[in-house]
Amino acid sequence: MLIDYVLAFVIGGLLCVIAQILMDLTSMPPGRILVLYVSAGVILGAFGIYDSLVELAGAGATVPLTGFGNALAKGAIRAAGERGVIGAFTGGMTGTAAGVAAAIVFGYAAALIFRPRTKK
Amino acid sequence: MSRNLNRKELEEKEKYNALVQKRMDKSPLFLDCVKAFVTGGIICAVGEGFRKFGFHVLELSQDDNNAFVAIVMVFLGALLTGLGVYDQIYKFGGAGAAVPITGFSNSVVSPAMEFRREGLVMGTAARMFNIAGPVLVYGIGGSVIVGLLWLAFQ
Amino acid sequence: MDKRMQYILNAPNRVGGQTLVFHNRPAVAAMATIAGELEAQGTFGHHYDIVLTDDLWGEESWEKAESKMFEQVVRKALAKENLSETWVECLLGGDLLNQIIAANFAARQLGLPFLGLYGACSTMAESLLLGSVLVSGGFMSCVACAVTSHFSTAERQYRMPLEMGTQRTPTAQRTVTGAGCTVLVAPGSPAAKNIEITHGTVGKVIDLGIKDANNMGAAMAPAAADSICAHLADTGRTVDDYDLIVTGDLGALGAELARELCLQRGVDLKDKHLDCGDSIFTPEQDMKAGGSGCACSAIVLNAYLLKEMMSGTYNRVLFLATGALLSVSSTQQGESIPCVAHAVVFERRAD
Repeated sequence: MLIDYVLAFVIGGLLCVIAQILMDLTSMPPGRILVLYVSAGVILGAFGIYDSLVELAGAGATVPLTGFGNALAKGAIRAAGERGVIGAFTGGMTGTAAGVAAAIVFGYAAALIFRPRTKK
Repeated sequence: MSRNLNRKELEEKEKYNALVQKRMDKSPLFLDCVKAFVTGGIICAVGEGFRKFGFHVLELSQDDNNAFVAIVMVFLGALLTGLGVYDQIYKFGGAGAAVPITGFSNSVVSPAMEFRREGLVMGTAARMFNIAGPVLVYGIGGSVIVGLLWLAFQ
Repeated sequence: MDKRMQYILNAPNRVGGQTLVFHNRPAVAAMATIAGELEAQGTFGHHYDIVLTDDLWGEESWEKAESKMFEQVVRKALAKENLSETWVECLLGGDLLNQIIAANFAARQLGLPFLGLYGACSTMAESLLLGSVLVSGGFMSCVACAVTSHFSTAERQYRMPLEMGTQRTPTAQRTVTGAGCTVLVAPGSPAAKNIEITHGTVGKVIDLGIKDANNMGAAMAPAAADSICAHLADTGRTVDDYDLIVTGDLGALGAELARELCLQRGVDLKDKHLDCGDSIFTPEQDMKAGGSGCACSAIVLNAYLLKEMMSGTYNRVLFLATGALLSVSSTQQGESIPCVAHAVVFERRAD
């Protein structure tokens, strides 16, 4: 049981470290690095490679943005298999609908409830 | 806005840029990586906790559980952003706060809050995906291409 | 330079290529400053006239608060010296916002003839320079030169939403929340104090290819060095003729680079260089490379430097403010950051 947490911590941490290295050593803006991550997740997911990481690290692989990309690719492939071309279009979004819809709803709610504050 | 520079101007620029690189303080890489590792690791461990909860306690299916964890993590990111805490976490952890799905949540919730002042429609709603837009465009766009290519190679 | 001079008509009030001489010297009549909480905890904390504990200042948005700062700093300057607001014949100034709305809306409230200026962080020097031209040339007898900047409005506009996670690089500077105003009058006016403006140097736009908006100091240093050297060459003076050479917001790195660039051109600033951005916050406040923004130079000038001049600590000060002339989209389009630095000379009247 505990080993799962450790693996999640380590793998998730390492994925973040790679991004941090890119941030510090290249002049790539964070936004571009995140796009790189989601794209990498899509590609690795398309080839079925990312699955082994998910098996190993659980949330350590699904929580980072690469996991988001993986979910998108897998969803698209699954739906393409079931519905053909239409599935290719619907699959990705369906797979990640929960996260995106949650972001919209909670984002809007936060805008109603909270006020932004000046950083120190 | 571009202009043609002569040799001398280009040389001057190169010389100056080299001088700047020499003089400027760079971010302490090792320390940043350690902080990113710890921050990202903790967030993922929390996600793992919810994943187990969803699987063992709520007895959700694989798909439902993935959605459940996503919703919970996005909610946590949103809450911490609203409370003004997430930017502190980011200041400390850098990529460790940006890469997990909570970072995605922060990048949607913060403009939503920020642009409330310009109205709920033209401000909050219009600019909510200012920062996260590219991730969705490239992610979803990429998935469609993957789906189509997969069909092509059947 | 020589070839160009053949074709330039002689202007009686200009010396060299870029420097104006104010034979009829405008005098400082009043000054005031408003500063945010962090600034008040900084180096010059107890010198500011009004300190805001709430950077919204009771308004609904930071933009409105910034406009209020601009308006109130002008009123405060006049109130401090018991000058009637009807004395001011022209208001000059600006801020960092798109279309300089903070200044525009404040000018609406003040109801004064208004010349809005955009020089980014160089606006304080720019407005003092142009204000001096108006007064020295006998066009106006009393002008108010003011600027304002606000951390949150600048962050919103140029960078990121406030609650968005960002990491400050070591060269990043923090936009100062504050406002500063200097009122200038014609010499001989009963309101005139013993500080006069003797010269002004109009800066050229200099761009040595820095593209990193998190490294403004490096982008602005060449402009500062260029204007300092141009001023000294035009006036035939040396660094020793000044008690202090002040730059606006180069920050720690920018100040070092500017000193080095001056040295390459044979000008050694020695220990006479003070950078407002580098000194406005204390090291304990951990503000990375220091402060920036229009208000940075304005509040250090009006809260500290002019007071020190009046009490005799400094007799002649060269005051430069540097501005980074970029827009939100110019860097995204791959452009580098062109900068400008304007200068005015303050001198204590010997009497």
